Amino acid sequence: MGRSSTVKETQALFQSLRSAYAATPNNLKIIDVFVGFAVLTAIIQVVYMAVVGSFPFNSFLSGVLSCIGTAVLAVCLRIQVNKDNKEFKDVAPERAFADFILCNLVLHLVIMNFMG
Amino acid sequence: MASPESAVNGPTMTAGAASKSLRNAFGGVIAFIILVLIGVLAFSIRLFSVIKYESVIHEFDPYFNYRVTQFLSKNGIYDFWNWFDDRTWYPLGRVIGGTVYPGLTLTAGTIWKVVNSLNIPLSVETVCVFTAPIFSAFASWAAYLLTKEVKGPGAGLTAAALLAMVPSYISRSVAGSYDNEAVAIFALVFTFYLYIKTLNTGSLFYATLNALAYFYMVCSWGGYTFIINLIPMHVLLCIVTGRYSSRLYIAYAPLVVLGTLLASLVPVVGFNAVLTSEHFASFLVFIIIHVVALAYYIKGILSPKMFKVAVTLVVSVGLAVCCAVIAILIAVVASSPTKGWSGRSLTLLDPTYASKYIPIIASVSEHQPPTWPSYFMDINVLAFLVPAGIIACFMPLTDSSSFVILYIVTSVYFSGVMVRLMLVLAPAACILSGIALSEAFNVLTRSIKFQLPGIAGNPSIAVRMWRIMSTSKENGSSTVVAPNDIPKTEEAAKEKPAKKNRKKEKENVEKKPTPSKTEKRLLVLPLEASVIAVLLLVLLGAFYVVHCVWAAAEAYSAPSIVLTSHSNDGGLHVFDDFREAYSWLSHNTDVDDKVASWWDYGYQTTAMANRTVLVDNNTWNNTHIATVGTAMSSPEKQAWEIFHSLDVKYVLVVFGGVVGYPSDDINKFLWMVRIGGGVFPHIKEPDYLRDGQYRIDAQATPTMLNCLMYKLSYFRFVETDGKGFDRVRRTEIGKKHFKLTHFEEVFTTHHWMVRIYKLKPQRNRIRGKTKKSKSSRSVSSKRDVRGKRNPWH
Repeated sequence: MGRSSTVKETQALFQSLRSAYAATPNNLKIIDVFVGFAVLTAIIQVVYMAVVGSFPFNSFLSGVLSCIGTAVLAVCLRIQVNKDNKEFKDVAPERAFADFILCNLVLHLVIMNFMG
Repeated sequence: MASPESAVNGPTMTAGAASKSLRNAFGGVIAFIILVLIGVLAFSIRLFSVIKYESVIHEFDPYFNYRVTQFLSKNGIYDFWNWFDDRTWYPLGRVIGGTVYPGLTLTAGTIWKVVNSLNIPLSVETVCVFTAPIFSAFASWAAYLLTKEVKGPGAGLTAAALLAMVPSYISRSVAGSYDNEAVAIFALVFTFYLYIKTLNTGSLFYATLNALAYFYMVCSWGGYTFIINLIPMHVLLCIVTGRYSSRLYIAYAPLVVLGTLLASLVPVVGFNAVLTSEHFASFLVFIIIHVVALAYYIKGILSPKMFKVAVTLVVSVGLAVCCAVIAILIAVVASSPTKGWSGRSLTLLDPTYASKYIPIIASVSEHQPPTWPSYFMDINVLAFLVPAGIIACFMPLTDSSSFVILYIVTSVYFSGVMVRLMLVLAPAACILSGIALSEAFNVLTRSIKFQLPGIAGNPSIAVRMWRIMSTSKENGSSTVVAPNDIPKTEEAAKEKPAKKNRKKEKENVEKKPTPSKTEKRLLVLPLEASVIAVLLLVLLGAFYVVHCVWAAAEAYSAPSIVLTSHSNDGGLHVFDDFREAYSWLSHNTDVDDKVASWWDYGYQTTAMANRTVLVDNNTWNNTHIATVGTAMSSPEKQAWEIFHSLDVKYVLVVFGGVVGYPSDDINKFLWMVRIGGGVFPHIKEPDYLRDGQYRIDAQATPTMLNCLMYKLSYFRFVETDGKGFDRVRRTEIGKKHFKLTHFEEVFTTHHWMVRIYKLKPQRNRIRGKTKKSKSSRSVSSKRDVRGKRNPWH
């Protein structure tokens, strides 16, 4: 009895998660897809490193950290652009995007230097 | 009720707003002038050594930095990055590009290049000497910015003024002290300022700047691990106390990713940025903040009932996964012998670690724990202003004030472990004392302003004050101060009844419902008490200034390469023996000659005498230092053989017995024995001690009286005063008349402080040894017999 109720509860949970997420605006969903893609690329690189070996280590590190870095920066952009966030309502989305671009520039400059 | 209020409000409000903006502009100009003056103060208080002595580089480590900067300015950055130095740690050499923190040398080199391209002919030495005072001015401005983010501009100015003068910071940044900390403290405070600014504003632009400032800090000093452990600790504290916000995520997550990458760029750090335990805290908190962020996001989009279901599901599954991951992590870290931490970091966590395992770290005087009086000497008045500042930070507690509290607590702990880390405590103490003093002055001047009788229009001022404060409480309605309250304040012009009325009005105001905001009770003290308190605080500041100037002038301005003493008639006697010895070396020896001395003098010898040395202050190879220590502790013949196998030509010894210089090699001798004995077991420390006591007089052990250090220090010492009385040890020496068989003295400086000896060349033929052996024993087999006993052949 308890087991089927927990199964029903988990199903209801996923249902409500899906419906709540479907309500988010489209631009936020695009950012979420981008974050998912970056994390997936990082995971692929880690699996490849586990198969092939970690030499040269700096290339592996720069590859993985560039993926994680873009994911983190995209999440920060999403936080700033999200209209539900009351702390950021006076930050124009263009300003948020410009900050995002600047930070990405610095990140990728460092990546290109470190990749070797 | 509302309309007469607004009619009265109207003209006064615009006039008030105009005068308020004028006052703000005026205040801004005054703040700017004060900041410029603070910068000038910070620069000029550090110039005592230049005035009293000369513009010279101090101590030992700055000479190495100076030599590296000279190389950089002569050969350019690519040669500097790939430089392999073969004039030190003979015969091993040292990879300078990969083992030096380049921030300081690159900064000074850039300043030199820019200044020279503007045709201002400053030499490299001048730029090196004055880099530290300039960056201390910048550090004061960074402290102003940081404290302004925490409390406000008044506290910022006070903190900047305190940091400009605090003796602990002066001691490591006088003009001439060209060391990493000169630049690193500025980088530290600036990084913290940018972190707090990002936390307060939530802007990704400041997060990028924060990462770049952290990069500069990593380039400058090994103490950057303090930042990369303090910030995660603060993030964890914010999460645990329920202060998580998306600004916290923006402040922390980009810093970790960008900061780790930038730290790996610096060759000294390299892959240590991801492999050593010192950085694991940041990764752990990185994972934690993502989990927390995800939890808050899901909580935001789900209903509370669904969220409870999600929580139970996640907790049961996630707990098992977490335990497995943590177990794996602990197994990996525990399998390494030092558990992944470097020796110095382990000393910070367990203060007794160094004395048990690494004698070299324990022997450096900077790594000893400080004494209690040194706190009062180094941060003076701030020592008891800091607790007041901590209390002021709690009212109200914001993210930034909790960060400052965490900073002071951790830096107080670390300063208690190592004297050298008092330097990290100094900015924290200045910030908190600035907050405390500023809050105290706020309360006292407010009390004086409210109760000062006889000022024209006092009631209207009081009404305007009340209006400003009431609107700041966001009550929304302007019916806070009713018009019939004004006659009440006019009547009660006396102190005590006035105070009671204001308290009554405060209670009237507070009766209006404001459920969310806590009411700010404004404290008003009696008038005479406030005036006296202000005077006393100013007097306290005066004592602090007097102490700081005295400390800068008398205690911390000695270049330690030039010593002075005052003779009986007030004249100044200068001991310039070190430079005399180094210039003798550079003029009277060949360029490729190797000089052996204790590691303290390695940097100075390579920089000033330009000769190759065996060991220097970098102390990265314990075995090599132990070899030199063993040679100094052995009898003459064995010492000669050790030095000969290392191609040494000259031996340099520092001796203070004639003038009473206490930091000479005989006083450091026990460390040579300990370090040598740690690697070569035939050197035993009890052989050199009589009854557990270290002596060099007639009661000393024969091992002590025969060792090389004793002989080289006291050779011909009786000729100075006939009795051989050592002024430092305050006894007559044990063995007074002896000859040197394997060394010859080539130079002794004017005050006998530095003595240079040359290794005698090997004899061509052996005299008197072949008498006993008549037949088969040849000279070469004799040499083989000798060689078997000696571990260096």
